Amino acid sequence: MKGPRADFAVIAGRIRPGAKVLDLGCGDGSLLRHLRESLDVRGYGIEIDDAKIPACVKNGINVLQMDLESGLSGFDPGSFDYVILSLTLQAMKNSERILSEMLRVGREGIVSVPNFGYWRNRIQLAMGRMPVNDEFPHHWFDTPNIHLCTLTDFEVFCVQHRIRILERIALHEGREVSSLPNLRGSLVVYRFGSGA
Amino acid sequence: MDTSTPARSVGAVTPQTASFSEPLPLRCGRSIAPYELVYETYGRLNADRSNAILVCHALNASHHVAGFYADDPDNVGWWDNIIGPGKPVDTDRFFVIGVNNLGGCFGSTGPMSIDPATGRPYGASFPLVTVEDWVAAQARLADHLGIERFAAVMGGSLGAMQSLSWTRQFPERLRHALVIACAPNLSAQNIAFNEVARQAILTDPDFHGGDYYAHGATPVRGLRVARMVGHITYLSDDAMASKFGRQLKNGSIGYGFDPEFQIESYLRYQGGKFAEYFDANTYLRITKALDYFDPALDFGGDLSKALAAARAAFLVVSFTTDWRFAPERSREIVQALLRNQLDVTYGEIDAPHGHDAFLLDDPRYHALVRAYLDRIHAEIGRAAR
Repeated sequence: MKGPRADFAVIAGRIRPGAKVLDLGCGDGSLLRHLRESLDVRGYGIEIDDAKIPACVKNGINVLQMDLESGLSGFDPGSFDYVILSLTLQAMKNSERILSEMLRVGREGIVSVPNFGYWRNRIQLAMGRMPVNDEFPHHWFDTPNIHLCTLTDFEVFCVQHRIRILERIALHEGREVSSLPNLRGSLVVYRFGSGA
Repeated sequence: MDTSTPARSVGAVTPQTASFSEPLPLRCGRSIAPYELVYETYGRLNADRSNAILVCHALNASHHVAGFYADDPDNVGWWDNIIGPGKPVDTDRFFVIGVNNLGGCFGSTGPMSIDPATGRPYGASFPLVTVEDWVAAQARLADHLGIERFAAVMGGSLGAMQSLSWTRQFPERLRHALVIACAPNLSAQNIAFNEVARQAILTDPDFHGGDYYAHGATPVRGLRVARMVGHITYLSDDAMASKFGRQLKNGSIGYGFDPEFQIESYLRYQGGKFAEYFDANTYLRITKALDYFDPALDFGGDLSKALAAARAAFLVVSFTTDWRFAPERSREIVQALLRNQLDVTYGEIDAPHGHDAFLLDDPRYHALVRAYLDRIHAEIGRAAR
Protein backbone atom coordinates (compact mmCIF):
# COMPACT_ATOMS: atom_id res chain seq x y z
CA MET A 1 0.00 0.00 0.00
CA LYS A 2 1.32 3.44 -0.91
CA GLY A 3 2.07 6.03 1.80
CA PRO A 4 0.38 5.99 5.18
CA ARG A 5 -2.74 3.90 5.13
CA ALA A 6 -6.03 5.72 4.72
CA ASP A 7 -7.39 4.51 8.05
CA PHE A 8 -4.30 5.50 10.07
CA ALA A 9 -5.04 9.23 10.17
CA VAL A 10 -8.66 8.54 11.11
CA ILE A 11 -7.61 6.14 13.88
CA ALA A 12 -4.96 8.56 15.16
CA GLY A 13 -7.63 11.26 15.30
CA ARG A 14 -9.64 9.17 17.77
CA ILE A 15 -6.85 8.56 20.26
CA ARG A 16 -6.15 10.64 23.32
CA PRO A 17 -2.54 11.78 23.75
CA GLY A 18 -0.57 9.67 26.20
CA ALA A 19 -3.05 6.78 26.05
CA LYS A 20 -2.17 3.11 26.37
CA VAL A 21 -2.76 1.37 23.06
CA LEU A 22 -2.71 -2.23 21.91
CA ASP A 23 -2.57 -2.69 18.13
CA LEU A 24 -3.69 -6.14 17.01
CA GLY A 25 -2.11 -7.29 13.77
CA CYS A 26 0.25 -4.34 13.85
CA GLY A 27 2.18 -5.27 10.68
CA ASP A 28 5.48 -3.40 10.52
CA GLY A 29 4.42 -1.18 13.42
CA SER A 30 4.00 2.00 11.39
CA LEU A 31 0.66 2.92 13.00
CA LEU A 32 2.07 2.54 16.51
CA ARG A 33 5.15 4.48 15.54
CA HIS A 34 2.97 7.26 14.17
CA LEU A 35 0.87 7.24 17.35
CA ARG A 36 3.91 7.32 19.55
CA GLU A 37 5.59 10.12 17.65
CA SER A 38 2.49 12.28 17.25
CA LEU A 39 0.53 11.47 20.42
CA ASP A 40 3.12 10.05 22.80
CA VAL A 41 1.03 6.93 23.31
CA ARG A 42 2.40 3.97 25.21
CA GLY A 43 1.85 1.10 22.83
CA TYR A 44 2.26 -2.57 22.17
CA GLY A 45 1.61 -4.37 18.92
CA ILE A 46 0.73 -7.98 18.26
CA GLU A 47 1.87 -9.59 15.04
CA ILE A 48 2.32 -13.19 13.95
CA ASP A 49 4.35 -12.79 10.76
CA ASP A 50 8.06 -13.56 11.30
CA ALA A 51 9.09 -11.13 8.58
CA LYS A 52 7.28 -8.21 10.19
CA ILE A 53 8.73 -8.57 13.69
CA PRO A 54 12.18 -7.14 12.86
CA ALA A 55 10.40 -4.37 10.92
CA CYS A 56 8.51 -3.45 14.09
CA VAL A 57 11.75 -3.45 16.04
CA LYS A 58 13.26 -1.10 13.44
CA ASN A 59 10.23 1.14 13.89
CA GLY A 60 11.09 1.24 17.58
CA ILE A 61 7.81 -0.20 18.82
CA ASN A 62 7.04 -2.95 21.30
CA VAL A 63 5.89 -5.97 19.34
CA LEU A 64 4.74 -9.31 20.68
CA GLN A 65 4.73 -12.26 18.33
CA MET A 66 1.47 -14.03 19.12
CA ASP A 67 -1.49 -15.55 17.33
CA LEU A 68 -4.59 -13.41 17.72
CA GLU A 69 -6.73 -16.44 16.98
CA SER A 70 -5.86 -17.79 20.42
CA GLY A 71 -7.24 -14.68 22.09
CA LEU A 72 -5.57 -12.14 24.35
CA SER A 73 -5.23 -14.32 27.45
CA GLY A 74 -1.84 -12.82 28.30
CA PHE A 75 -3.43 -9.41 28.84
CA ASP A 76 -5.23 -8.25 31.96
CA PRO A 77 -8.77 -6.82 31.81
CA GLY A 78 -8.89 -3.09 31.23
CA SER A 79 -5.13 -2.80 30.76
CA PHE A 80 -5.39 -0.55 27.68
CA ASP A 81 -7.27 2.62 26.81
CA TYR A 82 -7.68 1.55 23.20
CA VAL A 83 -7.36 -1.75 21.40
CA ILE A 84 -7.00 -1.34 17.64
CA LEU A 85 -7.77 -3.92 14.99
CA SER A 86 -6.92 -2.36 11.69
CA LEU A 87 -7.92 -4.20 8.49
CA THR A 88 -7.52 -7.57 10.19
CA LEU A 89 -10.99 -8.55 11.39
CA GLN A 90 -12.06 -9.78 7.96
CA ALA A 91 -9.15 -12.21 7.87
CA MET A 92 -9.74 -13.75 11.28
CA LYS A 93 -11.34 -17.12 11.95
CA ASN A 94 -12.80 -16.16 15.27
CA SER A 95 -14.06 -12.64 14.69
CA GLU A 96 -16.69 -12.76 17.44
CA ARG A 97 -14.18 -13.74 20.07
CA ILE A 98 -11.59 -11.13 19.15
CA LEU A 99 -14.14 -8.32 19.41
CA SER A 100 -15.15 -9.40 22.89
CA GLU A 101 -11.49 -9.82 23.83
CA MET A 102 -10.81 -6.27 22.63
CA LEU A 103 -13.40 -4.95 25.03
CA ARG A 104 -12.17 -7.12 27.87
CA VAL A 105 -8.60 -5.87 27.55
CA GLY A 106 -9.35 -2.29 26.46
CA ARG A 107 -11.79 0.41 27.48
CA GLU A 108 -12.54 1.17 23.85
CA GLY A 109 -12.02 -0.72 20.62
CA ILE A 110 -11.22 0.71 17.21
CA VAL A 111 -11.66 -1.46 14.13
CA SER A 112 -11.28 -0.67 10.47
CA VAL A 113 -12.94 -3.00 7.98
CA PRO A 114 -13.38 -2.93 4.23
CA ASN A 115 -17.06 -2.41 3.39
CA PHE A 116 -18.33 -5.21 1.19
CA GLY A 117 -21.43 -3.13 0.58
CA TYR A 118 -19.48 -0.43 -1.30
CA TRP A 119 -21.21 0.19 -4.63
CA ARG A 120 -18.37 -1.04 -6.85
CA ASN A 121 -18.36 -4.34 -4.96
CA ARG A 122 -22.09 -4.61 -5.45
CA ILE A 123 -21.76 -3.96 -9.18
CA GLN A 124 -18.94 -6.45 -9.61
CA LEU A 125 -21.05 -9.01 -7.79
CA ALA A 126 -24.13 -8.08 -9.84
CA MET A 127 -22.01 -8.70 -12.93
CA GLY A 128 -21.43 -12.16 -11.62
CA ARG A 129 -17.87 -11.76 -10.37
CA MET A 130 -16.27 -11.56 -6.92
CA PRO A 131 -15.03 -8.01 -6.31
CA VAL A 132 -11.36 -7.33 -6.99
CA ASN A 133 -10.29 -3.72 -6.34
CA ASP A 134 -8.18 -1.51 -4.06
CA GLU A 135 -9.88 -2.68 -0.86
CA PHE A 136 -10.14 -6.28 -2.04
CA PRO A 137 -6.98 -6.82 -4.03
CA HIS A 138 -7.13 -10.61 -3.84
CA HIS A 139 -8.95 -13.18 -5.94
CA TRP A 140 -11.42 -15.57 -4.42
CA PHE A 141 -8.85 -18.37 -4.43
CA ASP A 142 -5.98 -16.53 -2.76
CA THR A 143 -7.73 -14.11 -0.44
CA PRO A 144 -6.92 -14.14 3.27
CA ASN A 145 -10.33 -12.53 3.85
CA ILE A 146 -12.80 -15.05 5.19
CA HIS A 147 -15.25 -12.92 7.14
CA LEU A 148 -16.41 -10.13 4.91
CA CYS A 149 -19.27 -7.90 5.93
CA THR A 150 -21.09 -4.78 4.88
CA LEU A 151 -21.34 -1.70 7.05
CA THR A 152 -24.89 -2.67 7.96
CA ASP A 153 -23.89 -6.26 8.77
CA PHE A 154 -21.29 -5.04 11.22
CA GLU A 155 -23.69 -2.68 12.93
CA VAL A 156 -26.34 -5.37 13.28
CA PHE A 157 -23.66 -7.64 14.75
CA CYS A 158 -22.74 -4.97 17.30
CA VAL A 159 -26.36 -4.58 18.42
CA GLN A 160 -26.69 -8.36 18.80
CA HIS A 161 -23.46 -8.60 20.79
CA ARG A 162 -24.14 -5.59 23.01
CA ILE A 163 -21.27 -3.65 21.52
CA ARG A 164 -21.94 0.08 21.65
CA ILE A 165 -20.72 1.95 18.57
CA LEU A 166 -19.40 5.30 19.72
CA GLU A 167 -18.37 6.59 16.36
CA ARG A 168 -18.48 5.46 12.74
CA ILE A 169 -16.34 6.98 10.00
CA ALA A 170 -17.01 5.75 6.47
CA LEU A 171 -14.17 6.51 4.07
CA HIS A 172 -13.39 6.41 0.43
CA GLU A 173 -9.90 7.13 -0.85
CA GLY A 174 -9.01 8.57 2.52
CA ARG A 175 -11.91 11.05 2.59
CA GLU A 176 -14.88 10.83 4.87
CA VAL A 177 -18.17 9.93 3.24
CA SER A 178 -21.13 11.63 4.89
CA SER A 179 -24.19 10.32 3.03
CA LEU A 180 -25.09 6.75 2.06
CA PRO A 181 -22.07 5.31 3.89
CA ASN A 182 -22.91 1.67 3.15
CA LEU A 183 -22.94 2.47 -0.56
CA ARG A 184 -20.25 5.12 -0.87
CA GLY A 185 -17.77 4.09 1.81
CA SER A 186 -15.18 1.53 0.78
CA LEU A 187 -13.58 1.43 4.24
CA VAL A 188 -15.17 1.98 7.64
CA VAL A 189 -13.60 2.82 10.98
CA TYR A 190 -15.57 2.16 14.17
CA ARG A 191 -14.83 3.23 17.69
CA PHE A 192 -16.83 1.18 20.18
CA GLY A 193 -17.27 0.27 23.81
CA SER A 194 -19.18 -2.21 25.94
CA GLY A 195 -22.90 -2.22 26.55
CA ALA A 196 -25.76 -1.69 24.11
CA MET B 1 46.93 -24.87 7.51
CA ASP B 2 45.24 -21.55 6.99
CA THR B 3 45.49 -19.65 10.26
CA SER B 4 44.07 -16.37 9.00
CA THR B 5 41.03 -14.97 10.76
CA PRO B 6 37.79 -16.32 9.32
CA ALA B 7 35.44 -13.70 7.91
CA ARG B 8 33.42 -11.86 10.53
CA SER B 9 35.27 -13.43 13.45
CA VAL B 10 36.59 -11.33 16.30
CA GLY B 11 39.81 -13.26 15.67
CA ALA B 12 42.25 -14.64 18.21
CA VAL B 13 41.25 -13.78 21.76
CA THR B 14 42.95 -13.97 25.14
CA PRO B 15 41.15 -14.60 28.42
CA GLN B 16 41.83 -12.22 31.26
CA THR B 17 41.48 -12.59 35.01
CA ALA B 18 40.02 -10.17 37.54
CA SER B 19 40.77 -10.77 41.23
CA PHE B 20 38.50 -9.68 44.04
CA SER B 21 39.44 -9.58 47.70
CA GLU B 22 36.23 -8.18 49.20
CA PRO B 23 34.04 -11.10 50.34
CA LEU B 24 31.00 -11.75 48.17
CA PRO B 25 27.97 -12.62 50.30
CA LEU B 26 26.05 -15.55 48.82
CA ARG B 27 22.36 -16.46 48.97
CA CYS B 28 23.15 -19.64 50.90
CA GLY B 29 24.39 -17.51 53.83
CA ARG B 30 28.06 -18.08 53.26
CA SER B 31 30.45 -15.75 51.52
CA ILE B 32 33.48 -16.23 49.37
CA ALA B 33 36.82 -14.41 49.29
CA PRO B 34 39.12 -14.01 47.61
CA TYR B 35 37.88 -15.04 44.22
CA GLU B 36 38.76 -14.64 40.58
CA LEU B 37 36.65 -14.29 37.47
CA VAL B 38 37.98 -15.19 34.05
CA TYR B 39 36.57 -13.17 31.18
CA GLU B 40 37.07 -12.23 27.55
CA THR B 41 36.20 -9.02 25.76
CA TYR B 42 35.59 -8.26 22.10
CA GLY B 43 35.29 -4.90 20.39
CA ARG B 44 36.12 -1.57 22.00
CA LEU B 45 34.57 0.23 24.92
CA ASN B 46 33.55 3.67 23.66
CA ALA B 47 34.54 6.95 25.29
CA ASP B 48 31.40 7.30 27.40
CA ARG B 49 31.45 3.60 28.30
CA SER B 50 27.92 3.11 27.08
CA ASN B 51 28.33 0.33 24.51
CA ALA B 52 29.10 -2.65 26.74
CA ILE B 53 27.14 -5.88 26.42
CA LEU B 54 27.49 -8.63 28.97
CA VAL B 55 26.91 -12.18 27.72
CA CYS B 56 25.92 -14.68 30.40
CA HIS B 57 26.56 -18.35 29.82
CA ALA B 58 24.29 -21.33 30.35
CA LEU B 59 24.95 -24.72 31.86
CA ASN B 60 28.06 -26.00 30.16
CA ALA B 61 29.57 -22.93 28.52
CA SER B 62 32.19 -20.42 29.56
CA HIS B 63 33.66 -16.96 29.09
CA HIS B 64 34.84 -18.05 25.64
CA VAL B 65 31.90 -16.62 23.75
CA ALA B 66 33.45 -15.57 20.43
CA GLY B 67 36.66 -15.83 18.45
CA PHE B 68 39.27 -18.53 18.88
CA TYR B 69 42.57 -19.11 20.64
CA ALA B 70 45.78 -18.56 18.69
CA ASP B 71 47.20 -21.83 19.98
CA ASP B 72 43.91 -23.71 19.55
CA PRO B 73 42.14 -22.34 16.46
CA ASP B 74 39.43 -24.99 16.53
CA ASN B 75 38.28 -23.81 19.94
CA VAL B 76 35.69 -21.33 18.69
CA GLY B 77 33.53 -19.39 21.17
CA TRP B 78 30.14 -20.91 21.94
CA TRP B 79 28.12 -17.99 20.56
CA ASP B 80 30.47 -17.04 17.76
CA ASN B 81 27.68 -17.31 15.19
CA ILE B 82 25.92 -14.26 16.63
CA ILE B 83 28.84 -12.17 17.96
CA GLY B 84 31.51 -10.60 15.76
CA PRO B 85 32.17 -7.83 13.28
CA GLY B 86 29.03 -7.34 11.18
CA LYS B 87 27.16 -10.09 13.06
CA PRO B 88 23.86 -9.48 14.90
CA VAL B 89 25.83 -8.55 18.03
CA ASP B 90 28.25 -6.38 16.10
CA THR B 91 31.64 -6.02 17.76
CA ASP B 92 32.39 -3.04 15.51
CA ARG B 93 29.73 -1.25 17.55
CA PHE B 94 29.60 -2.97 20.90
CA PHE B 95 32.10 -3.93 23.57
CA VAL B 96 31.14 -7.49 24.42
CA ILE B 97 32.12 -9.29 27.61
CA GLY B 98 31.95 -13.01 28.31
CA VAL B 99 32.58 -14.19 31.86
CA ASN B 100 32.95 -17.60 33.45
CA ASN B 101 30.65 -17.68 36.44
CA LEU B 102 31.67 -18.23 40.00
CA GLY B 103 31.76 -21.95 40.73
CA GLY B 104 32.71 -22.66 37.12
CA CYS B 105 35.46 -24.91 35.85
CA PHE B 106 37.04 -22.75 33.17
CA GLY B 107 39.28 -20.60 35.33
CA SER B 108 36.97 -18.64 37.60
CA THR B 109 37.05 -19.61 41.26
CA GLY B 110 35.17 -22.87 41.66
CA PRO B 111 35.27 -26.27 43.31
CA MET B 112 38.54 -27.12 41.54
CA SER B 113 40.27 -23.99 42.91
CA ILE B 114 42.49 -24.05 45.95
CA ASP B 115 40.73 -22.95 49.13
CA PRO B 116 43.19 -20.51 50.73
CA ALA B 117 41.96 -21.64 54.17
CA THR B 118 43.09 -25.25 53.64
CA GLY B 119 45.54 -25.15 50.79
CA ARG B 120 43.50 -27.89 49.10
CA PRO B 121 40.84 -27.76 46.38
CA TYR B 122 37.45 -26.60 47.65
CA GLY B 123 35.78 -29.75 46.32
CA ALA B 124 32.67 -30.59 48.29
CA SER B 125 33.08 -27.52 50.48
CA PHE B 126 32.53 -25.06 47.64
CA PRO B 127 29.24 -23.27 48.37
CA LEU B 128 26.09 -23.72 46.31
CA VAL B 129 25.97 -20.56 44.25
CA THR B 130 22.81 -19.11 42.73
CA VAL B 131 21.87 -17.05 39.69
CA GLU B 132 21.68 -14.01 41.98
CA ASP B 133 25.20 -14.68 43.27
CA TRP B 134 26.52 -14.90 39.72
CA VAL B 135 24.87 -11.61 38.84
CA ALA B 136 26.33 -9.96 41.95
CA ALA B 137 29.78 -11.22 40.95
CA GLN B 138 29.26 -10.01 37.36
CA ALA B 139 28.37 -6.56 38.73
CA ARG B 140 31.71 -6.47 40.51
CA LEU B 141 33.41 -7.36 37.26
CA ALA B 142 31.55 -4.45 35.66
CA ASP B 143 32.91 -2.18 38.42
CA HIS B 144 36.37 -3.54 37.75
CA LEU B 145 36.00 -2.72 34.05
CA GLY B 146 34.59 0.72 34.80
CA ILE B 147 31.17 -0.02 33.34
CA GLU B 148 28.43 1.75 35.21
CA ARG B 149 25.61 0.74 32.91
CA PHE B 150 25.44 -1.96 30.27
CA ALA B 151 23.83 -1.27 26.92
CA ALA B 152 22.49 -4.81 27.31
CA VAL B 153 22.86 -7.98 29.29
CA MET B 154 22.06 -11.04 27.23
CA GLY B 155 21.91 -14.78 27.52
CA GLY B 156 20.08 -17.93 26.51
CA SER B 157 18.57 -20.53 28.83
CA LEU B 158 20.31 -20.26 32.20
CA GLY B 159 22.16 -17.27 30.75
CA ALA B 160 18.79 -15.62 30.14
CA MET B 161 17.88 -16.20 33.78
CA GLN B 162 20.92 -14.12 34.65
CA SER B 163 19.92 -11.28 32.33
CA LEU B 164 16.41 -11.40 33.81
CA SER B 165 17.88 -11.31 37.30
CA TRP B 166 20.08 -8.34 36.39
CA THR B 167 16.96 -6.27 35.75
CA ARG B 168 15.77 -6.88 39.33
CA GLN B 169 19.09 -6.79 41.17
CA PHE B 170 20.63 -3.82 39.38
CA PRO B 171 17.76 -2.06 37.56
CA GLU B 172 19.78 1.07 36.83
CA ARG B 173 22.79 -0.76 35.49
CA LEU B 174 21.41 -2.00 32.17
CA ARG B 175 19.37 -0.44 29.38
CA HIS B 176 18.22 -3.69 27.82
CA ALA B 177 17.88 -7.33 28.74
CA LEU B 178 17.87 -10.05 26.08
CA VAL B 179 16.10 -13.03 27.58
CA ILE B 180 16.32 -15.95 25.14
CA ALA B 181 14.87 -19.46 25.59
CA CYS B 182 14.20 -18.71 29.24
CA ALA B 183 11.72 -19.71 31.94
CA PRO B 184 10.78 -17.80 35.09
CA ASN B 185 11.59 -20.94 37.09
CA LEU B 186 12.05 -24.65 36.49
CA SER B 187 9.08 -26.98 36.21
CA ALA B 188 8.93 -30.22 38.19
CA GLN B 189 9.91 -32.02 34.99
CA ASN B 190 12.97 -29.76 34.54
CA ILE B 191 14.03 -30.39 38.15
CA ALA B 192 13.46 -34.11 37.67
CA PHE B 193 15.88 -34.25 34.74
CA ASN B 194 18.44 -32.30 36.76
CA GLU B 195 18.04 -34.70 39.65
CA VAL B 196 18.68 -37.71 37.41
CA ALA B 197 21.85 -36.00 36.20
CA ARG B 198 22.95 -35.26 39.76
CA GLN B 199 22.23 -38.78 40.95
CA ALA B 200 24.38 -40.15 38.13
CA ILE B 201 27.29 -38.08 39.45
CA LEU B 202 26.61 -38.47 43.18
CA THR B 203 26.40 -42.26 42.95
CA ASP B 204 29.51 -42.67 40.82
CA PRO B 205 32.06 -44.48 43.05
CA ASP B 206 34.71 -42.08 41.75
CA PHE B 207 32.82 -39.10 43.18
CA HIS B 208 34.18 -39.59 46.71
CA GLY B 209 31.63 -37.22 48.22
CA GLY B 210 32.88 -34.43 45.97
CA ASP B 211 36.54 -34.62 47.01
CA TYR B 212 37.63 -36.77 44.08
CA TYR B 213 40.55 -34.44 43.26
CA ALA B 214 42.38 -35.70 46.37
CA HIS B 215 41.82 -39.28 45.20
CA GLY B 216 43.14 -38.58 41.73
CA ALA B 217 39.79 -39.72 40.43
CA THR B 218 37.06 -38.18 38.21
CA PRO B 219 33.45 -39.33 38.20
CA VAL B 220 33.46 -39.57 34.43
CA ARG B 221 30.73 -42.23 34.30
CA GLY B 222 28.36 -40.02 36.24
CA LEU B 223 29.23 -36.96 34.19
CA ARG B 224 28.68 -38.87 30.96
CA VAL B 225 25.21 -39.96 31.97
CA ALA B 226 24.42 -36.48 33.29
CA ARG B 227 25.35 -34.96 29.97
CA MET B 228 23.40 -37.59 28.04
CA VAL B 229 20.25 -36.82 30.01
CA GLY B 230 20.78 -33.11 29.55
CA HIS B 231 21.37 -33.47 25.85
CA ILE B 232 18.07 -35.26 25.34
CA THR B 233 16.25 -32.28 26.81
CA TYR B 234 18.04 -29.82 24.51
CA LEU B 235 16.75 -31.42 21.33
CA SER B 236 13.23 -31.68 20.03
CA ASP B 237 11.69 -35.05 19.23
CA ASP B 238 11.52 -34.00 15.57
CA ALA B 239 15.13 -32.82 15.47
CA MET B 240 16.27 -36.15 16.92
CA ALA B 241 14.04 -38.06 14.52
CA SER B 242 15.34 -36.21 11.49
CA LYS B 243 18.97 -36.35 12.58
CA PHE B 244 19.06 -39.97 13.75
CA GLY B 245 15.71 -41.66 13.34
CA ARG B 246 16.16 -45.36 13.95
CA GLN B 247 19.37 -45.47 11.96
CA LEU B 248 21.72 -48.24 12.99
CA LYS B 249 25.41 -47.68 13.40
CA ASN B 250 26.48 -50.85 11.67
CA GLY B 251 23.44 -51.48 9.52
CA SER B 252 22.08 -54.37 11.56
CA ILE B 253 21.00 -55.24 15.07
CA GLY B 254 23.61 -57.08 17.12
CA TYR B 255 21.52 -58.22 20.08
CA GLY B 256 23.80 -56.68 22.67
CA PHE B 257 24.44 -53.54 24.68
CA ASP B 258 27.05 -51.89 22.56
CA PRO B 259 25.72 -48.77 20.88
CA GLU B 260 23.59 -49.93 17.96
CA PHE B 261 21.32 -47.04 17.15
CA GLN B 262 22.96 -43.84 15.94
CA ILE B 263 21.31 -41.89 18.72
CA GLU B 264 22.99 -44.11 21.32
CA SER B 265 26.33 -43.60 19.74
CA TYR B 266 25.74 -39.85 19.50
CA LEU B 267 24.78 -39.54 23.16
CA ARG B 268 27.74 -41.62 24.27
CA TYR B 269 30.05 -39.49 22.18
CA GLN B 270 28.59 -36.26 23.57
CA GLY B 271 28.72 -37.61 27.12
CA GLY B 272 32.29 -38.83 26.77
CA LYS B 273 33.52 -35.59 25.25
CA PHE B 274 31.85 -33.55 27.99
CA ALA B 275 33.25 -35.69 30.81
CA GLU B 276 36.76 -34.98 29.56
CA TYR B 277 36.58 -31.25 30.19
CA PHE B 278 33.78 -30.50 32.62
CA ASP B 279 34.00 -30.65 36.38
CA ALA B 280 31.38 -32.74 38.17
CA ASN B 281 31.17 -30.43 41.20
CA THR B 282 30.51 -27.52 38.90
CA TYR B 283 27.83 -29.48 37.07
CA LEU B 284 26.10 -30.32 40.33
CA ARG B 285 26.13 -26.70 41.42
CA ILE B 286 24.93 -25.28 38.13
CA THR B 287 21.97 -27.67 38.03
CA LYS B 288 21.12 -26.59 41.58
CA ALA B 289 21.34 -22.93 40.58
CA LEU B 290 18.82 -23.72 37.85
CA ASP B 291 16.51 -25.50 40.26
CA TYR B 292 16.65 -22.69 42.81
CA PHE B 293 16.04 -19.88 40.33
CA ASP B 294 12.63 -18.46 41.10
CA PRO B 295 12.51 -14.67 41.31
CA ALA B 296 8.80 -14.76 42.18
CA LEU B 297 9.37 -16.90 45.27
CA ASP B 298 9.92 -13.94 47.59
CA PHE B 299 6.85 -12.21 46.12
CA GLY B 300 4.19 -14.80 46.84
CA GLY B 301 4.76 -16.41 43.47
CA ASP B 302 3.87 -13.20 41.64
CA LEU B 303 6.45 -12.68 38.91
CA SER B 304 5.13 -9.23 38.05
CA LYS B 305 5.79 -8.08 41.61
CA ALA B 306 9.24 -9.64 41.40
CA LEU B 307 9.94 -7.56 38.30
CA ALA B 308 8.39 -4.35 39.62
CA ALA B 309 11.86 -2.91 40.22
CA ALA B 310 12.98 -3.57 36.63
CA ARG B 311 13.67 -0.53 34.43
CA ALA B 312 15.23 -2.20 31.41
CA ALA B 313 13.62 -2.73 28.03
CA PHE B 314 13.36 -6.39 27.08
CA LEU B 315 13.75 -8.63 24.10
CA VAL B 316 12.25 -12.00 24.98
CA VAL B 317 12.66 -14.84 22.47
CA SER B 318 11.34 -18.39 22.60
CA PHE B 319 11.39 -21.30 20.18
CA THR B 320 8.26 -23.25 19.34
CA THR B 321 9.83 -26.71 19.64
CA ASP B 322 11.65 -25.98 22.90
CA TRP B 323 9.97 -28.33 25.35
CA ARG B 324 12.54 -27.74 28.06
CA PHE B 325 11.68 -24.02 28.37
CA ALA B 326 8.55 -23.89 26.23
CA PRO B 327 7.16 -20.65 24.74
CA GLU B 328 4.42 -20.57 27.42
CA ARG B 329 7.15 -20.02 30.00
CA SER B 330 8.48 -17.04 28.06
CA ARG B 331 4.96 -15.70 27.75
CA GLU B 332 4.74 -15.74 31.56
CA ILE B 333 7.73 -13.44 31.60
CA VAL B 334 6.17 -11.22 28.92
CA GLN B 335 2.94 -11.00 30.90
CA ALA B 336 4.82 -9.94 34.03
CA LEU B 337 6.65 -7.28 32.03
CA LEU B 338 3.38 -6.01 30.54
CA ARG B 339 1.88 -5.73 34.01
CA ASN B 340 4.78 -3.45 34.87
CA GLN B 341 4.27 -1.47 31.65
CA LEU B 342 7.84 -2.16 30.61
CA ASP B 343 9.04 -2.02 27.03
CA VAL B 344 9.12 -5.54 25.66
CA THR B 345 9.50 -7.18 22.30
CA TYR B 346 8.64 -10.86 22.14
CA GLY B 347 9.62 -13.17 19.31
CA GLU B 348 8.35 -16.74 19.11
CA ILE B 349 10.55 -18.41 16.53
CA ASP B 350 9.14 -21.41 14.72
CA ALA B 351 12.42 -23.34 14.78
CA PRO B 352 12.62 -27.14 14.67
CA HIS B 353 15.66 -27.61 16.91
CA GLY B 354 14.22 -27.49 20.42
CA HIS B 355 16.01 -25.72 23.27
CA ASP B 356 19.32 -25.76 21.39
CA ALA B 357 17.83 -23.38 18.82
CA PHE B 358 19.12 -20.41 20.79
CA LEU B 359 22.67 -21.45 19.88
CA LEU B 360 21.94 -22.08 16.22
CA ASP B 361 21.97 -19.85 13.20
CA ASP B 362 18.28 -19.42 12.44
CA PRO B 363 17.82 -16.48 10.06
CA ARG B 364 14.56 -15.26 11.65
CA TYR B 365 16.04 -15.38 15.13
CA HIS B 366 19.24 -13.67 14.09
CA ALA B 367 17.33 -11.02 12.11
CA LEU B 368 15.35 -10.19 15.24
CA VAL B 369 18.44 -9.95 17.45
CA ARG B 370 20.15 -7.85 14.80
CA ALA B 371 17.21 -5.45 14.52
CA TYR B 372 17.00 -5.17 18.29
CA LEU B 373 20.70 -4.44 18.66
CA ASP B 374 20.52 -1.87 15.85
CA ARG B 375 17.92 -0.14 17.97
CA ILE B 376 20.15 -0.26 21.06
CA HIS B 377 23.01 1.13 19.01
CA ALA B 378 20.85 4.02 17.79
CA GLU B 379 19.63 4.64 21.33
CA ILE B 380 23.09 4.89 22.89
CA GLY B 381 24.10 7.13 19.96
CA ARG B 382 21.20 9.48 20.77
CA ALA B 383 21.97 9.39 24.49
CA ALA B 384 25.58 10.43 23.78
CA ARG B 385 24.54 13.53 21.83
